[in-house]
Amino acid sequence: MRRSGTGAKLISVPYVVWAALFIIAPLFFVVYYSFTNAAGQFTLDNIHLLTKYIPTFLRSIWFGIVATLICLLIAFPTAYIISQKSDKIQRTMILLVMLPMWMSFLIRTYSWMAILQDTGLINSFLVKIGIDPVHMINTGGAVILGMVYNFLPYMIMPIYSVMAKLDFSMVEAAQDLGSNRINVIRRCIIPMSIPGVISGITMVFVPSVSTFYISQKLGGGSFDLIGDVIERQFQQSYNYNLGASLSLVLMILILLSMAVMNHFSDEGEMVI
Amino acid sequence: MKKITAVILSALIIVLFPFNFAFAAGDAEIEALRGTKLYVYNWGEYISDGEDGTPDVNALFEEKYGIKVVYDTFDNNESMYSKLKSGGVSYDIVIPSDYMIARMIKEGMLEKINFDNIPNYKYIPEKYRNLDYDPTGEYSVPYTVSYVGLIYNTKMVEEAPDSWAALWDERYTNNILMFNNQRDAFAIAQSLLGMDYNMESEYAWRTAAALLKEQKTVNPVYVNDEVFLKMESGEAALAPYYVGDFLTMYENNNDLAFVYPKEGVNYFVDAVCILKGAKHKRAAELYIDFLSDPEIALANAEYICYGSPNSAVYENPDYEYYQDELLYPEEGAFKTQLFRNLSPETLALMSTLWDDVKNYTPSGFSNRSLFFGDETASSGSAEGEAMTKQTVKYAIYIGIFLLLCLAYIIFRYARKKYRERV
Repeated sequence: MRRSGTGAKLISVPYVVWAALFIIAPLFFVVYYSFTNAAGQFTLDNIHLLTKYIPTFLRSIWFGIVATLICLLIAFPTAYIISQKSDKIQRTMILLVMLPMWMSFLIRTYSWMAILQDTGLINSFLVKIGIDPVHMINTGGAVILGMVYNFLPYMIMPIYSVMAKLDFSMVEAAQDLGSNRINVIRRCIIPMSIPGVISGITMVFVPSVSTFYISQKLGGGSFDLIGDVIERQFQQSYNYNLGASLSLVLMILILLSMAVMNHFSDEGEMVI
Repeated sequence: MKKITAVILSALIIVLFPFNFAFAAGDAEIEALRGTKLYVYNWGEYISDGEDGTPDVNALFEEKYGIKVVYDTFDNNESMYSKLKSGGVSYDIVIPSDYMIARMIKEGMLEKINFDNIPNYKYIPEKYRNLDYDPTGEYSVPYTVSYVGLIYNTKMVEEAPDSWAALWDERYTNNILMFNNQRDAFAIAQSLLGMDYNMESEYAWRTAAALLKEQKTVNPVYVNDEVFLKMESGEAALAPYYVGDFLTMYENNNDLAFVYPKEGVNYFVDAVCILKGAKHKRAAELYIDFLSDPEIALANAEYICYGSPNSAVYENPDYEYYQDELLYPEEGAFKTQLFRNLSPETLALMSTLWDDVKNYTPSGFSNRSLFFGDETASSGSAEGEAMTKQTVKYAIYIGIFLLLCLAYIIFRYARKKYRERV
């Protein structure tokens, strides 16, 4: 027993060191910078300045919510359909879901710019078949499209992995007790896949709220998301303190929403 | 047989001796640098790199001196500065722009160059030496000189523009690009207002910011490198950018044209500097000298398409842009201004104002304007109103969403209670 105990401890050492160096220490710096000024003295100025960015925060959160909901609407049926197929087809379909991720996120977003722009692929096709071109690039819709496109696999994967392991005898039991197809999905499949849905929502919402590249390229930089502001404080303005306090607030907001989400997942067994 | 060998050998020694001597005397130090590494931090696409049969400057340098060049790139002065300042990196050579050099000199980030080791400095004429940013000329060797100007698509504009005001022209709404870079963006507004780019008055910066906010009515797209894609594909009608890059774009789209707006433009110099703490200062000086070598400088000038401060390049009739009227305009043909380093307070003010500009949403119906007449449009209250409208809009959206969630939770809870009772 003793030996296996120390063994387990030893095994955890690499991760503990990793977490201390790359998670705890940076978090400490974020908090430190948030409450100091450029000279390193304690100040609350950065926190006062934040009120100016409330509209930006609200916009980012709203965009994040919309992108997450759209992802959920697309991913749930997709994951369900994939999980119903034979093993071989499942493997191929999952490969197809993951395929775009073999390419750099930056390149994929950049190419959406070429697809959506006024002289881009879609619009030149529309013009060719005699329809008026639609202005798509540099709008909020384009940014949300970029988010959905980039983060969709993060929603499909967790939902699929829960559904693939689903105990199918439950479904059979429900059918035996006279459930029709809709009730099977509503009362069996959805409640049982809640854990996957919750982690999917987390994995889409967090990067959507904090993204900056997508909004810069597809939004044309004419409105900021909070990630843009944070990036600019570090990259251009050299104002680490304001950047850190913005990040801190963003982190707290995300943690809060995660806490709410986790509350949901605890009630996962509750009938929907 | 032996005799002949001896004769040949001695002849060889006699012939080679002077060379040997020369090498041994001056270059023992250089020889000792063989196998060391030189860390270079430069702008992207800012050196001839062997693409399309152009000479690979870094490889040539490595071949000549046996010093390995470790080459990294940055895409704007501020991010370069942030990266160096954060201390996570150490480079020997860096190529910032004028005002950033001034700031780095002031903050003691640069090392003085020993010009005895830069014989090719003789090709840099007086007019490019000891400029404002490095008044004693001890810290930098000019690498490129160029101007900002207005690029336009002749197919998309009704008449050729000659003023920065074209970027505020409502006829080109949605087709205007703008610098996504504080200093360059402000410079355009400052030119229009007839202001100095380097003033320290808060009121002046606020006025320039108000003009930039006003530009939001034409819905400009803020770009960095995307300007190439957007201008070459005919996506946008107007864009302010660097003249050297215009030449590159023009090669891909002949509908484009370039003009130096009458209000004046930013003139900039990018220069090679040695960073404090450079491990091999002598190697860095070799590199700087190598970059100023006529042939190497020519290769770079033709690759980058920016103006060269090297007289051996711009006086060379074989140079692709020899006496090019855009790259080397007549002196005094239009107003130019250099950027200078600003005080930390002004830099902070500029950053905050830029955040305001980016987040500003015009109320939609305001055609009145600060620059083109009426001065009331950009007053504080209108601005505040637009901000509140935005806030309220998204707050309502999120509020409705949260209410729906809450309603659902209450509904489930009530149903659960009800079922338990039944």
